Amino acid sequence: MPPFEPVLLEAIGTPESHTLASYRSRGGYAPFEKLLAEKQPTEVIELVKSAGLRGRGGAGFPTGVKWGFLPKDHPGPIYLCVNADESEPGTFNNRILMEDDPHQVIEGTMISSYATRATTAYIYLRYEYPQAWDRLQAAIDEAYAAGLLGKNIKGSDFSLDIYLHRGAAAYICGEETGLIESIEGKRAWPRIKPPFPAIEGVFRKPTVVNNVETMACVSQIARRGPEWFRSIGVPADPENPRDPGSYGPKLYCLSGHVEKPGCYEAPLGITLRQLVDEYGGGVWKGRKAKAAIPGGISMGLMTEAEFDTPLDFKGPGTVGCMGLGTAAVVVIDETVSIVDFLHNSCRFFAHESCGQCTPCREGTSWNLRILERIRAGKGRLKDLEILLENGNAMGMMPGSTICGLADGAAWPIKNAINKFRDEFEDYIKRTNPEGWMVTDPVPALQIVGAH
Amino acid sequence: MSSPELKCLTPEMVAEIEALAPRYPDRRALVLPALHLVQKALRHVPLDAVVDVANVLGYPPAEVQDTLTFYQFFHQEKPHGTVRAFVCRSVSCALRGGDDLLEKLCSQYGIEPYGTTDDGSVTIEPAECLGACDFAPCVLANDDLLKNLDPAAAAAAIEAVKVRADQRSSAAAAAAPRVTEDA
Ligand code: FES
Repeated sequence: MPPFEPVLLEAIGTPESHTLASYRSRGGYAPFEKLLAEKQPTEVIELVKSAGLRGRGGAGFPTGVKWGFLPKDHPGPIYLCVNADESEPGTFNNRILMEDDPHQVIEGTMISSYATRATTAYIYLRYEYPQAWDRLQAAIDEAYAAGLLGKNIKGSDFSLDIYLHRGAAAYICGEETGLIESIEGKRAWPRIKPPFPAIEGVFRKPTVVNNVETMACVSQIARRGPEWFRSIGVPADPENPRDPGSYGPKLYCLSGHVEKPGCYEAPLGITLRQLVDEYGGGVWKGRKAKAAIPGGISMGLMTEAEFDTPLDFKGPGTVGCMGLGTAAVVVIDETVSIVDFLHNSCRFFAHESCGQCTPCREGTSWNLRILERIRAGKGRLKDLEILLENGNAMGMMPGSTICGLADGAAWPIKNAINKFRDEFEDYIKRTNPEGWMVTDPVPALQIVGAH
Repeated sequence: MSSPELKCLTPEMVAEIEALAPRYPDRRALVLPALHLVQKALRHVPLDAVVDVANVLGYPPAEVQDTLTFYQFFHQEKPHGTVRAFVCRSVSCALRGGDDLLEKLCSQYGIEPYGTTDDGSVTIEPAECLGACDFAPCVLANDDLLKNLDPAAAAAAIEAVKVRADQRSSAAAAAAPRVTEDA
């Protein structure tokens, strides 16, 4: 095992790690009490800014800066929403934190609420995590009983309530404004921005939406200090004033074709190959890898030759992936058809598109139908062009959708076809020897039989 | 507020919903919690319940229904089985035999995906990533995560969940008088 001592996962696997007693014995909540007694909210924002913490949910936006967007001297209420709707395929680190060390998440939520002057925090938890629900609720109850939540906490003038709010199995609720709409009791249709949630969020009040792992990082920064946090990871590029760096430990989720799937904590910047070999026990069954998803399915694909790319906020982008995303690495071995992989990806997005923007709603379902046609032995080389054309036309980047779901749907298509074009062409020619060269419009979908 | 006649919701359910009201500045935020409550009790959310929820919250039924239909999670036509099994079909599970698992389970129970067995005991639904990819392929059956499932052993694991669910519901039935449905 590599020399890095886990911090966010320090208690995982120890007995009763989910209880207040265990968390206290590790030094938990003392940092919150100290900040509450000694620091002003603005100083806490500065503390988190100086640590260089970037959001762990996928976009990597600097957390302290996000907090700084809240209006000054707002009469309130201000809300904090903790995004626990973890649903990006391949991602499960939030589940582990919430199930096995919920107090670490709760303390981060308290500190963040204090910093942002939020008096109500909603933890929006996906339906599929019943155990996390029970553990979080028990932890919240313990915190109330210990006087850590409620009115005038520890004799201060700071009051905070934390409530769990349960989702209903919709991926789009992980998008921050979709999440907000969902809390409000509506369809989770993402909002047009601006206004950003910091100005007008849930119940039309200033709102911060932060990820579960980000909350855990806030707890650790408060406990160990910003210098400790900055001593881990990849420093900002001095040549590039806009690079905020990739500081701190990160929870990498490793699954798919590895010997030891699991959630591993490592400094930001570990390479994909190190992660697979040193933590994951290598590719399973002694096989070779063909490719890997670097950070959830939306981020696209790395080929085996690209495995030495560092998994920090910048690395995946240098090899054509969208970004680090959720740092969920899914390894695909050499026996897997990339056509099947892409079909799986397209099916996911066709199912999860919320239906609000036409390019995404129609685009994702057409992409799936084309992939089904290819797999049914009716593919044409032209289909690859159509898929790429769709991929380039849908998303926030081309400016045709409200949220980034479509960009995430498009990325695996673009990466898979650009990086594995030969395999697609071979497949199409082999399975459709009569028709692969046809370029006229052809009947699609249902005719081929949906199953 | 005048309290209209409720067709599905019991006074206890209304009280449970009302207990959550202070958490939100707008009663509309109670829509999802209320729908969850109904689905948990009735294993589906019939239209009558939608009207009830709307009446309790003070919103038009159309708005509650609008929200409900967005989340495929809520069944409306008929109740799901005593065991509702979500079979993950997303990438990590697919790489380790998730599609196979779904097919086997459906054929063992003689139902199509999203179907329910005739005796109303088991519903099988394909699901996207359950956030348990470290245990792929996996199934969430009621509140139990069934990990690293071998297709051959999957039905037995689901049967075990069924036994527990049956025990719970007979214990609950013994403890509480049954609410008549035609009230
Ligand atoms: S892909 Fe099946 S649990 Fe994540």
